[in-house]
Amino acid sequence: MADVDATLTGNRGLALEEAVIFEQDSPGLSGVDLPAPEPGPGNDRLGGLGRSGAIGLPGLSEPQVVRHYLRLSRMNYGIDSGLYPLGSCTMKYNPRLNERLARLPGLGGLHPLQPISTVQGALELMDACAHWLKVLTGMPGITMAPAAGAHGEVVGLMTIRAALEARGDARKRVLVPESAHGTNPASAHACGYAVETIAANVRGRVDVGALKAKLDADVAAIMLTNPNTCGLFENDIIEIADAVHGAGAFFYCDGANFNAIVGRVRPGDLGIDCMHLNLHKTFSTPHGGGGPGSGPVVLSAPLVPYAPLPMVERRGDGFALVEHAGDSSAHPLGRVKGFHGQFGMMVRALAYMMSLGSDGLKQVAEDAVLNANYLLARLKDTLSVPFEGPCMHEVLFDDSFLKDTGVTTLDFAKAMIDEGFHPMTMYFPLVVHGALLMEPTETESKATLDQFIRTVKGLAKRARAGDARHFKEAPRLTPRRRLDETAAARNPVLVWRPPPSRAAE
Amino acid sequence: MRYLPLTDGDRREMLAAIGVGSVDDLFVDVPQEAWRDGPVELPEHLGEMEVERAFSAMAARNLSAADVPSFLGAGAYGHHVPAAVDHLIQRGEFLTSYTPYQPEVSQGTLAYLFEFQTQVALITGMEVANASLYDGATACAEAVTMAARITKRKKVVLSGGLHPHYREVTETMTRFLGIEITAAGPDWRGGEDLASGVDDGTACVVVQNPGFFGHLTDFTPLAEACHAAGALLVVVVTEVVSLGAVRPPGGMGADIVAVEGQSLGNALNFGGPTVGVLAARQKHLRQMPGRLVGETTDVDGRRGFVLTLSTREQHIRREKATSNICTNAGLCALAFTIHLTLLGEVGFARLAALNHAGAVRLADRLAGIDGIDVVNDTFFNEFTVRLPKPALAVVDALADRKILGGVPVARLIPGRAELEHLLLVAVTEANTEAHIDALAEALREVL
Repeated sequence: MADVDATLTGNRGLALEEAVIFEQDSPGLSGVDLPAPEPGPGNDRLGGLGRSGAIGLPGLSEPQVVRHYLRLSRMNYGIDSGLYPLGSCTMKYNPRLNERLARLPGLGGLHPLQPISTVQGALELMDACAHWLKVLTGMPGITMAPAAGAHGEVVGLMTIRAALEARGDARKRVLVPESAHGTNPASAHACGYAVETIAANVRGRVDVGALKAKLDADVAAIMLTNPNTCGLFENDIIEIADAVHGAGAFFYCDGANFNAIVGRVRPGDLGIDCMHLNLHKTFSTPHGGGGPGSGPVVLSAPLVPYAPLPMVERRGDGFALVEHAGDSSAHPLGRVKGFHGQFGMMVRALAYMMSLGSDGLKQVAEDAVLNANYLLARLKDTLSVPFEGPCMHEVLFDDSFLKDTGVTTLDFAKAMIDEGFHPMTMYFPLVVHGALLMEPTETESKATLDQFIRTVKGLAKRARAGDARHFKEAPRLTPRRRLDETAAARNPVLVWRPPPSRAAE
Repeated sequence: MRYLPLTDGDRREMLAAIGVGSVDDLFVDVPQEAWRDGPVELPEHLGEMEVERAFSAMAARNLSAADVPSFLGAGAYGHHVPAAVDHLIQRGEFLTSYTPYQPEVSQGTLAYLFEFQTQVALITGMEVANASLYDGATACAEAVTMAARITKRKKVVLSGGLHPHYREVTETMTRFLGIEITAAGPDWRGGEDLASGVDDGTACVVVQNPGFFGHLTDFTPLAEACHAAGALLVVVVTEVVSLGAVRPPGGMGADIVAVEGQSLGNALNFGGPTVGVLAARQKHLRQMPGRLVGETTDVDGRRGFVLTLSTREQHIRREKATSNICTNAGLCALAFTIHLTLLGEVGFARLAALNHAGAVRLADRLAGIDGIDVVNDTFFNEFTVRLPKPALAVVDALADRKILGGVPVARLIPGRAELEHLLLVAVTEANTEAHIDALAEALREVL
């Protein structure tokens, strides 16, 4: 860094440094006032298992704690900060109404094991959220239990496996296209299946011939993302579904990219048996720096009896919660998560769906696809396009536009950071070289997209003009510049330790 | 529509730039069979006020544990969450960011996860912790598959003091992985013998402290028995506040600890989202599932943080990963770590002591009511009582009096006559003396 920028504190104006909490310890301080407990020591029921010795937690007052986390927050980029075009992540605006509703005492304050008569409104809400999702997908069944998309994948596959085993059909393999998210093969493995990869064709879609060649009586399911991770709709999907069903297998669809078609196309009309929905993608619940998510799974009729516990059922005027296999007329898979699923995320997702309605959700898909195609149209002569459009809600470029510039996809993305944008998804999907996958979502304005386009064009011009150094040194303007990930992995430091001088005290 | 910034004029201009006549032309790859004439059969959009009214009406059809005397626990606890926690987690930079794959613009998330990992390691007495999992129950299942990978063994013993949901989730999630689970019967009196079930084929024994029925156990002898047989000891903690008062699993020889962290910073949320986390011995680090944050330096030599050891994870290793987990519970982990930072050493110990003291007072009070037996000799903030009547009916009668009196064991373990009269009762710092009076009085009436 240039000396001209050096300050005594390391702070630079509004860019404030912040030490970890363990380095701000004032022993004895607490940011929570609590009364002294009675009875005192000697009158406990801990059976001699009381803790002895200090834990090592630092002491800070409330203002110090608030300042600490506020300063940390300012070292983050969020959707609220600006365009966050991470492909396949659907970084759309997270409505604040949803946050308010999730905190209503009558929702956020509910204990999961209250008597059922005292939570009828909560069960009604879960049932309503399930209803919206079933109608939007055109599917007859759903489980609301899974905690996230990957959890939904493994739960969906286990449901499929349970249905297959119930008919005495012990199949061993799951087919996954090479463009799939990494969670797909990992989920198949977590369900005890062997994974076999299907190649893509030159159009960025599944090679239907290659797929059919691998389909046999040993294949339990195919896992297909649609629209796929190249941002393309699998236009042979009905033929694929017919072939899968013809082989006695099930069709699992990864619903990560449902935002492209929500309100416009129902997966149930495409022959899909099982699909998870990331409420934190299409349905606007916050990503929260990596969760919590929620991954309900919609199910076709043959799979419905094998859905996991628990399930909300309408009974007369009210709602029941089926929590045990013995209370069910079906053959439920069992429990996959503590309690009843990510209720707080269902509140937010339902609020989102009701806010937009059937008309608004259709507009969501159309604007998401329009925004992505606008990027494609405006950038196709600057960047390099591996597959012909139209694309769906995300657009894929490869790195051939950077050939012989000495600039990599990673360098290019880091330069975008200095320009005030979050980078696009890089090096994924694996089917093209140096992938740049951009998903603008429907909640970006044309003005924002135009600025993004101008920036990408300007940087591409700079790269081709031979200014590789600009990219190699990026980012320059962030709280930290490029970090040494190799050193972090070689010598993992995963917890804070006192410096030797202090430890010796 | 308030969330959509494109104007009709923008849309026309953009379609023209793309070179198509209408948005339908962008959906040409969708098979004709799946085209629809109009929107799906659902209501049209609503304003913010109308949506809020609909949700307020649903909320009003519930009895909130936050509004009445509540003694509900069994893995979810109603603690007071300081105002600063909820304010800070709603900062847009925390709330609306993604998994911190781009460390230069994610130092905030990475720094708090590093602090979170450190706090979890400290309170559990373990060497390392991950950056969170979905919840305690799925963390328990992950601990079991992790133990099976480490030991290359398939047999797993589950304690009868393990939360029934944790047992069920572990059974479901390992069902197709060739893991053989032996689950002990409900250990409501405490004192079960698990060591005799450990042999040279055992991957791990899973216990819980405090147990589902509230008992506290020194698992040191069991840890020794496990280690002698080459097996691991997994300790589950469903009430993380207990770690402020009770000797931690790391001090008893645990190899892996699976924690439900809801009690710190997180509302009850009808059971989710919450925050699970795994802590372990350093030597087992490379078999851990989930994200890990590590310290490093940037090109200017300044300390910074990154996601590390990703070669364990699905986005790199695909089907060879240690787990399929991707999204975890980042924001709930943030709430946890802010609350624990506010408490600090002194506050965490005091909070735990307050919880225990309240439970002692309630136990003494209930023991004085005719027909009620307090089952436990030891407990932290939750214990089991035996009632003269089936607990499910008693709890319903209490709910009619606007008291949430506890969790009937039969709600989670149905169909066992010997458990029908058992009720789990939990106390936290949120329970006042008036709450305890109200419960004691109401119990006298309904029994």
